[in-house]
Amino acid sequence: MPDPVTPEPGTPIVRLSDVGKRYGNILALSGVNLSVHRGEVTCILGDNGAGKSTLIKIISGLHPHDEGSYQVDGTQVRFGSPRDALNRGIATVYQDLALVPLMPVWRNFFLGSELTSGRWPVRRLDVAAMRRVAADELRKMGIDLPDIDAPVGKLSGGQMQVVSIARAIHFGARVLILDEPTAALGVKQSGVVLKYIAAARDAGLGVIFITHNPHHAFLVGNHFAVLNLGRMELDANRADLTLEDLTQHMAGGAELAALEHEMQQINAPEIGVVTA
Amino acid sequence: MSSTLTTDQPSSAVPTPPTSQLARRSGLRRFLGRPEVGSLVGTVLVIVFFVIIAPPIRHGDSISTVLYQSSTIGIVAVGVALLMIGGEFDLSAGVAVITSSLTASMIAYQLGLNVWAGVLIALVVSLGIGAFNGWLLNRTGLPSFLVTLATFLMLQGINLAVTKLVTGNVATNDISDMQGFSSAKAVFASTVDIGGVAVSVLVFWWIAFVVVATWVLLRTRAGNWIFAVGGKQDSARAVGVPVRRTKVALFMVVGFCAWFSGMQQLFAYNTVQSGQGVGMELIYIAAAVVGGCLLTGGYGSVIGSALGALIFGVVQQGIVFADWNPDWFKFFLGAVLLLATLVNMYVRYQANRR
Repeated sequence: MPDPVTPEPGTPIVRLSDVGKRYGNILALSGVNLSVHRGEVTCILGDNGAGKSTLIKIISGLHPHDEGSYQVDGTQVRFGSPRDALNRGIATVYQDLALVPLMPVWRNFFLGSELTSGRWPVRRLDVAAMRRVAADELRKMGIDLPDIDAPVGKLSGGQMQVVSIARAIHFGARVLILDEPTAALGVKQSGVVLKYIAAARDAGLGVIFITHNPHHAFLVGNHFAVLNLGRMELDANRADLTLEDLTQHMAGGAELAALEHEMQQINAPEIGVVTA
Repeated sequence: MSSTLTTDQPSSAVPTPPTSQLARRSGLRRFLGRPEVGSLVGTVLVIVFFVIIAPPIRHGDSISTVLYQSSTIGIVAVGVALLMIGGEFDLSAGVAVITSSLTASMIAYQLGLNVWAGVLIALVVSLGIGAFNGWLLNRTGLPSFLVTLATFLMLQGINLAVTKLVTGNVATNDISDMQGFSSAKAVFASTVDIGGVAVSVLVFWWIAFVVVATWVLLRTRAGNWIFAVGGKQDSARAVGVPVRRTKVALFMVVGFCAWFSGMQQLFAYNTVQSGQGVGMELIYIAAAVVGGCLLTGGYGSVIGSALGALIFGVVQQGIVFADWNPDWFKFFLGAVLLLATLVNMYVRYQANRR
């Protein structure tokens, strides 16, 4: 995996300055500033349509940005595809996990980056090595599957997340973008995933954790950014923030206060007495 | 769903250590989990049935005929099965076979070329039809059912109209006295003597195709990609699998198989009827489905498609040897398809239950 660059210590791996994105006439994102450091979890929160997806699409190389600058290790980049981002060590674990449910765990683990042996025309998958490495990497993440040949679709939601995360780390990820990893999970499964986010952070990765759950974010986050209608509404370090602040911002913050005020002005609508 | 898992109890911040992950499922379970098990059961049942009902089917010559019949279906079913595992259909495969043999025959005859020139041009045309199907699919985003239905109809029209235009007839001229015919016939449509029984060379080609395709599917990157694009296209794309390229290549593989089958027909019969091939596309698909390919893609086997083709071959000849009216063939085909699909479903359900 690439990364011959050794930036000055303290340089964020990923830095966005005043980044913006338009889709036609629609301004999806504007003026976003964000830094991701090694060994830190940066949480991006926001309601549906706040621009979270657009932001990760930019960081992960799916769509290029229109405004501002995007730096990796202090150098300006403009990614043409997720491959480019991956080559700089920026890996995304998508909401749908980019797993193929009917395929065995080990085939999924190496999908797109298969290990091979021999020369063309007899170049073939190195099945033994792929099975062994996949098992080892999963074990390092502390997940022990009874059968690495089982189709991925048979794993639990949390375990699928972990397979995806382990795969990204194995393939040289330094920044891990996790798109709503806990959204579809129950409490217990969410706990499993949060645990691995902490493990990835402690292993020295920069983690971008996208969520709309401030409680999950606050459990693992070092830095918090709240997006609202394509703009950064809050940008704070953990030290400057309480869970209440974060929840308040997430719940709509200023908007909620306005709504509350408005609600007080409105008299309860007249409701006729229901007679049986 | 999570009953098989052991990590659902997060206890410490550092993940708990493992046990043996490399343990495989028990041999029988693994075997029953294979896609072709249903068709294997079906093959055995059909063979036993016709051996009892129509004993002459056991003779060497009969077996040779059964294998030949099976190979005519099976050779195209190899490509069709790969394509279905890759998540797409090709309804044009049946008429594309005829397009290919018409091309080879008419180009060689009309231009007075060596037959091999026609054969090679037909290969280019067949690969081109496949590439066109794939390109159209990628370009329009339409389901392959529609795209290839369109090519199916267009090719059917072209086959009839161009043949009429060029030869003034519904069939091509006999090319058996042309240069290169005998060597081409040796390659595509000769027979090999095995213990006094003449076996069509197509049978051996078929076996070779199945072996190579199975190896590619299970043991190469391309095979991994085929399963992935058929199983979940977006996931495959997200991890860097060239989805579009894989699909175009799969359609071209079907084109290649159609070409081979077309050449076999041409050199076995010396002339080609331009209206043939219609309906065969469904037989190929049926063979792949009987062999365990899911209609939704991402699952299946080439060996299964071969067993599916073998079942059809046995039924087709079995009906003849049993002295039944051959009109019943299609009925049996349908019944076999239905049964095999149900057996596949049941076997898969059993194998996945723990």
